[in-house]
Amino acid sequence: MVQAAVQSANSVDQSDDRPWVGRSIERVEDAALLSGGGRFIDDLGVAPGTLHATILRSPHAHADILSIDVEAAKRLAGVAAVLTGEDVKAVTTTLVVGVKAPVECWPIAMDRVRYVGEPVAVVVATDRARAEDAAELINVEYRPRGAVVDPLSALVSGVPVLHDGFPGNLASERAFRYGDPEKAFAEAPHRFSIDIRYPRNSCTPIETYGVVASHDAGEDAYEVLANFQGPFSIHTVIARALKVPGNRLRLRTPPDSGGSFGVKQGVFPYIVLIAAAARVTGKPVKWIEDRLEHLTASVSATNRATTLSAAVAADGKILALDWDQVEDCGAHLRAPEPATLYRMHGNMTGAYDVRHVKIRNRVVVTNKTPTGLNRGFGGPQVYFALERLVQRIAISLGLDPLDVITRNLIDAGTFPYRTATGALLDSGNYQEAVARAVAQGRLAELKARRDEARAQGRLYGIGFTAVVEPSVSNMGYITTVLTAAERRKAGPKNGAQATATVGLDPVGSVTVHVASVPQGQGHRTVLSQVVADVFGLQPKDIRVNTEIDTAKDAWSIASGNYASRFAAAVAGTAKLAAERVAGRLARIAASQLNVEAADIVFAKGFVASKHNPENRIAFSRVAALSHWSPGSLPDDAGQTIRETVFWTPPELTPPDEDDRINSSLCHGFIFDFCGVEIDRTTLETRIDRYVTMHDCGTILHPGMVNGQIRGGFAQALGAALYEEYAYAEDGSFLTGTLADYLLPTTTEVPEPEIFHMETPSPFTPLGAKGVGEGNCMSTPVCLANAVADALGVADITLPLVPARLAELVRGDEPPPPAGGATTAPVREGDRRLRGEGQASVKGAPEQVWAMLLDPATLQSVIPGCQRVDKITDTHFGADVTLGIGPVSGRYRADVELFDLDPPRAVTLRGGATGALGFGNAEGRITLAPDGNGGTKLAYSYDAAIGGKVASIGGRLLDGATRVIIGQFFTALARKAGGGGAAGGGFSLFALLAKVASLFGGRR
Amino acid sequence: MTRLKADARHSVRFSLNGKLVEGEAEPRMLLSDFLRHQLGATGTHVGCEHGVCGACTIIVDGMLTRSCLTLAAQVEGCELRTVEGLAPSADRLGVLQQAFRRNHALQCGFCTAGILMSLDHYLAGNPTPTEAEIRDLLSGHICRCTGYTPIIQAALEAAAELASSKKETSDA
Repeated sequence: MVQAAVQSANSVDQSDDRPWVGRSIERVEDAALLSGGGRFIDDLGVAPGTLHATILRSPHAHADILSIDVEAAKRLAGVAAVLTGEDVKAVTTTLVVGVKAPVECWPIAMDRVRYVGEPVAVVVATDRARAEDAAELINVEYRPRGAVVDPLSALVSGVPVLHDGFPGNLASERAFRYGDPEKAFAEAPHRFSIDIRYPRNSCTPIETYGVVASHDAGEDAYEVLANFQGPFSIHTVIARALKVPGNRLRLRTPPDSGGSFGVKQGVFPYIVLIAAAARVTGKPVKWIEDRLEHLTASVSATNRATTLSAAVAADGKILALDWDQVEDCGAHLRAPEPATLYRMHGNMTGAYDVRHVKIRNRVVVTNKTPTGLNRGFGGPQVYFALERLVQRIAISLGLDPLDVITRNLIDAGTFPYRTATGALLDSGNYQEAVARAVAQGRLAELKARRDEARAQGRLYGIGFTAVVEPSVSNMGYITTVLTAAERRKAGPKNGAQATATVGLDPVGSVTVHVASVPQGQGHRTVLSQVVADVFGLQPKDIRVNTEIDTAKDAWSIASGNYASRFAAAVAGTAKLAAERVAGRLARIAASQLNVEAADIVFAKGFVASKHNPENRIAFSRVAALSHWSPGSLPDDAGQTIRETVFWTPPELTPPDEDDRINSSLCHGFIFDFCGVEIDRTTLETRIDRYVTMHDCGTILHPGMVNGQIRGGFAQALGAALYEEYAYAEDGSFLTGTLADYLLPTTTEVPEPEIFHMETPSPFTPLGAKGVGEGNCMSTPVCLANAVADALGVADITLPLVPARLAELVRGDEPPPPAGGATTAPVREGDRRLRGEGQASVKGAPEQVWAMLLDPATLQSVIPGCQRVDKITDTHFGADVTLGIGPVSGRYRADVELFDLDPPRAVTLRGGATGALGFGNAEGRITLAPDGNGGTKLAYSYDAAIGGKVASIGGRLLDGATRVIIGQFFTALARKAGGGGAAGGGFSLFALLAKVASLFGGRR
Repeated sequence: MTRLKADARHSVRFSLNGKLVEGEAEPRMLLSDFLRHQLGATGTHVGCEHGVCGACTIIVDGMLTRSCLTLAAQVEGCELRTVEGLAPSADRLGVLQQAFRRNHALQCGFCTAGILMSLDHYLAGNPTPTEAEIRDLLSGHICRCTGYTPIIQAALEAAAELASSKKETSDA
């Protein structure tokens, strides 16, 4: 299977006359990457004296910062500076917010934290380890507030509000109306509706964020190297935040970047933060994000609650759509949000001909990590609702889902087709694509497989999806969030300026530069093909540079690698630049060869006469002339040393007065279907066959196009089956490791069957369209439709983990049998640790009572306790340093005693905080004589934990709790002169110390 | 057993791709950081620092090893192999590397070093692997770009090529 699939990508035709574009040539990038010679940001050296930063982050989802004590951290050897919000505020200003509202958005908490992982302090030291040592010494006092994590709950009156400038947590609300949806709904024979909760996830590149920043005080100018991916509209956001004009922010990117998928757009708040640290310290400062930071607090796709209704005719024709979308952008509305919600605005009717549309868009803030770019960018959320609804329509009307899809597809004869909401779909033949996929992907056979499986009692289902994949974003689409009046005031925004530069050096060799910032997409290879074709050279003759330096390269706000714009916009612009140079070279060659310029052809390294190929001159000779002998050039030729072209498609106009917006330039088409089988016992979903048909216009490099499809498919499979950024009800982040946030591996990802059709785009220089994001839009819902078909259920929520399917199929899990476990099982999303048990201690209850209340005794029996302070008779403080596993942490615990009934019972309540997290607990201990002069001790506890410990240790807590409690009672029993703990024991200190120390350790 | 002082730097010596190397490390320094920042062997990448993603995989004394879960001090006197040692010469790729390039088995290339080391180690002892065996082996590596299939294909092709060249050598 694998062999056949990859074969087409490998067949390289050696025939010289065929153009290079369209061939799967080997990538120029690969030799270095395969031998350890990549140049990723952390592989590059830094200037001598460069300092290293680490970031102290909030363990709370929502809390006021009462105080930050950084003195001990500053005193540590090697520490250059500790910056808190106040210090950052002194040298920067707030990041701009994408909607009109009186809110601020800082890259570091000012006096309040609003999500777990929000930066609270930046420690800068001579090396990273020292910076991390110092960060542990910072003492932050928080006063927790209530947290909101669910987008719909965030809108309920009376819930905690994150920003005063967003009353009711509502950051934006707009209503749109296209055609006459009310009439269509009133007259339609059927109305179907679906409620969707799309989860949070992220494409999680394997290389994390990195920034190296320096500040020139003399010129007040910043220089930043970051693995940022664009869009470079963000450059203006960063410069503004750093309070310098754009020409004093030199932003560069490293030669290689380890994946991004949109995610590395989100590095920009850290650029501001690290640049501020460089300014404060007067030294270059480097910061490399770690994986916990990345999962917790880098960026994520939006989660969204959608209600979608359709007015439907008896034959399944959709007459109108009514969207109600509530977009959750996390704790801050960071640029370019709420773009995720508006990127698809022109495409809210998908691949279907629907003329009447109503949309209500609300953007809410919640106590979660702020959102940003992520492969698919709004597409997965929209298509999940639309394509689930199409399946529901089919089932409700007793129609075949594929018939409902084909009945609604836009007619092949109507391109370019203007959608109701304003997109201009450039080209396509959706019916033909579906027909080919059905035939080539052998749908009839798949249906037979389903029937056979079902006859055997197996759970087997088939899902379908049709998707329009937008690419090359209109920079103006985001202004659809503003009203027409607001837009008039702000001035027009539109277009998608792409740029490419072609240069010829004194020996006539060709250099190409673009501002496309690839993260593995092979841009250098494709551009060498495109330009080689124009000049009649070979790809190896063309050297391509894709690094960007905003101080000296051509770029625009649209530069960068996003919205699948490379093939359609950037590669096309490189063709235009090369053609412009070639046009001049043709005039020069014509004068040298004594022919007309129209007779000139570029082929096989020569510039020759078409009519008389023997009349020719070497390309390099013509190409070098502009350097060596400008005087001998014909008057009309101009220079041929370097040509920079900017290209923006005229079709990308601003939103019109009626809020119609052509949000993207190109629109590929995808039709997927799949067969899945769900194991009756384990409820694991296995993909039997996945067929994906793509029409992405002209294909420039088949191997890379298939690479994008496979990669997108694998990420979408993860989103469908495994991945979710999970939060507890209190906003604690629960998936801080790659053992908690599960990514698909070789054993989970099958090979999709990929088919192509090529309908060139009339709007792009090469006829190409984007292809990078389509499967992230189509695959999650295609798999969900198949699972719904297999299980016969109406509502499906991602990810389709077995536990969730079990709830669908079997209902709630029954309670466990009585007796046995001492720790109660916890619900999903409930991180409370509850338990009870007994212990026996030698010594009468009075003696044990006295011990439990004696600081000196407690200090000696609490694992890792350094000091116990008695604040009052019933109020204690304690410092503990403890470790289980390879690292340790310091914690400050504070405990009060209530309901004292000496020597019989006491209630303890308190909390502990430290760099690795916090905990709160309450417990009741009862003492009773055991009849032999000893004491029987019974306990129950109820504890909750948060911070890093919750993010990375949630799975281990119950077991670790019992270990620590056991240690406490063993020590207590020893102190009392023998006896032992049976099944563990209880101490609030011990519990908190355990929580605190789960990832603490030996030193 | 040697005891190292926590706050001092200690000399660490080992063989890296056949050459003796030496540097200084605090006891807490990870091997991945030591290779990258002390020795400048930046081909080994760090993706998660908790042993799941596999990007940092190298070979220590013939064993596949996560260098992010190993302390530099632990490899004193050991023989290490990293991605920098795979190519037969600076301007020529090895069979496995060529197969990766031919099959577009990498995109960003960040995870690739670890995958190459796992495969190089495995193919040396298992010259005729099945697709299922390769998938099982590589389930300890995360790649976010490729969807894995081209990697599997490259591994199978390389195995076949290595086996046939070995056969030719022994026939000769």
